Amino acid sequence: MNPLWLSHFTATSSIGQGLKQTLAALRERRAGLVPCTFDTVDLQTFIGEVAGVDTVQLPEHLADFNCRNNRLALLGLLQDGFIEGVRAAIAKYGAQRIGVFLGTSTSGILQTELAYRRRDPASGKLPADFIYGKTHNTYSVANFTRCYFDLTGPAVVVSSACSSSAKVFSSARRMMAAGLIDAAVVGGVDSLCLTTLYGFNSLGLVSEQPCRPYDAQRNGLSIGEAAAFALLERIPQHVSKRLSADAVLLLGAGESSDAYHMSSPHPEGRGARMAMQEALNMAGLQPTDIDYINLHGTATQNNDAAEGCVVSSVFGSAIPCSSTKGATGHTLGAAGGLEAVICALALQHGLLPAGLNTQQIDPVLDVDYLLQNREQPVARVLSNSFGFGGTNCSLIFGRADSL
Amino acid sequence: MTLTAYIEGIGLTGPGLANWPGSQAVLGGQLPYQPAKTILPPPALLPAAERRRSGAIVKLTLATGLEAINAAGLIAANLPSVFSSSGGDGENCHAICEMLASSDRQISPTRFHNSVHNTAAGYWGIATGSMTSSSVLCAFDASFGAGLLEALCQVVADNTRTVMLACDTPYPEPLFSTRPIPDAFGIALVLAPEKSAQALAKITVSLSDLPADRFDDNALEALRIRIPAARGLPVLRAIAQRADGRYVLDYLNDTTLAVEITLC
Repeated sequence: MNPLWLSHFTATSSIGQGLKQTLAALRERRAGLVPCTFDTVDLQTFIGEVAGVDTVQLPEHLADFNCRNNRLALLGLLQDGFIEGVRAAIAKYGAQRIGVFLGTSTSGILQTELAYRRRDPASGKLPADFIYGKTHNTYSVANFTRCYFDLTGPAVVVSSACSSSAKVFSSARRMMAAGLIDAAVVGGVDSLCLTTLYGFNSLGLVSEQPCRPYDAQRNGLSIGEAAAFALLERIPQHVSKRLSADAVLLLGAGESSDAYHMSSPHPEGRGARMAMQEALNMAGLQPTDIDYINLHGTATQNNDAAEGCVVSSVFGSAIPCSSTKGATGHTLGAAGGLEAVICALALQHGLLPAGLNTQQIDPVLDVDYLLQNREQPVARVLSNSFGFGGTNCSLIFGRADSL
Repeated sequence: MTLTAYIEGIGLTGPGLANWPGSQAVLGGQLPYQPAKTILPPPALLPAAERRRSGAIVKLTLATGLEAINAAGLIAANLPSVFSSSGGDGENCHAICEMLASSDRQISPTRFHNSVHNTAAGYWGIATGSMTSSSVLCAFDASFGAGLLEALCQVVADNTRTVMLACDTPYPEPLFSTRPIPDAFGIALVLAPEKSAQALAKITVSLSDLPADRFDDNALEALRIRIPAARGLPVLRAIAQRADGRYVLDYLNDTTLAVEITLC
């Protein structure tokens, strides 16, 4: 593929609002997981909640979009000059030539969960202030973002559970390659809700402690929330606009399906292997060209076992890797986007972030799982995102001076 | 900027529209449209356990998608796929929200894994053995157009065949009142980059601001308006009428899709 430039990017999660706080948290090995006191949830678990989401005010003309997911989206958009970056792209390319591709798994479902507590006792009707289309509906966050920027081009939500906001990079890549658009707002926004907390709990996949990816004693995930965005553009061809050495590029993307089970990964990670291999093929790279892997690493028994097995078999046991979900929690449909931004920070700052909470690496997993931060030049990294339904996506990012 | 592909197979499931061969006379105008509740065939390809757990959206997706792929003489396992739905499994969503508002919030694992928007894509993989990439999309009322654009971009950018599905199922009350989708409806198109022996028509699509085409038949027009996946019906009508021409499909509020159909 022709590499694409992440001309602007930002992330907001429980470890920080924007890049500066996120990088500082990674450097200081600070986790955002706290005992769950979200809403009325009565589960023994830790969550990665973003502070201040409920104080975010949507612009008046977009008030119908008001729900936790869109408030989190706006909080994310407001960081790191991202809005100005998109506005500049609109001036450059035109409002119809910029696509919106956002990932989410649960969108504004919390709004519906809350509305179901306020049904009319006689008729069962939902309250009149409940606006399904602009809150609950899966497309809501892309619609909100498109309206926020007054864009008139294509827009879509990719909702394939926990691979959603990795796969947006692929969809945007194809639409740019097909020539329908010149730039794309990509990313993911997923917010806390009862469906995922009680749902993962019903599957026995929620840990009572902060999650410990790749640990011998790992016993489940911690759920988090995040908003992450990137603006994808083609690499400027004109010599006067040459990219800086540390500009971050999307080099490859691989997608596959397990065709195995709805909520368990294939035990040998058959689909995961295909996704990683296809990403390498698309980037024209060898496994040895990759300096770091940001693992999917949910800290469930099955995920880490299957993923670790494929990573050591494709990349060998010496490649540094970690899951940043010990810090942020599993942000589900936002994980791919959030971890893409963490990869971008790793590339620009020469920081391989340690996995937090993990005490003793599972000896069965033959990988160099980082328990300490490592500072070194980083040229190319791979990020994994897998999800329910057996959906897999691997992305490869690199610095401009790695080409 | 236009995107071009060849339609090699069509699947159709909807109220009074049992399948594509049986619906061509209605869409072609030779027979009157007679609405009747959508019949969802049981998902024969799924193992028994998965069949028991599968909701309407899974049955609709499998029936509609396999119809298109079989008609094209292709094998589902080899095709990348695009699944676009304006809402996913409505019955399941209602059941979860109802439980979460009750004193017993212990939703079942099956309820939970069926709650993801890519449920149908997951079952599709299990049923067909397809390990190829699948894009699972939602664009509310624009979901048909979003799926079509994604599929065309796969065809054009990656030079591959793909199967595109737009499928919607209804919510029960109380969500039905806020999102009144009347019945299950699905369209599937197998799209290819090159003209082949099985090609039915060439389709060329671009963004537009022209108003979308409507059906003269009130019942068909009601279907088109009320079910997002049915916004693709004008493409099927053009092929049923064997009428080359330019058509306009609804997409986003301010943007439509200009479609040119040339029969092969």
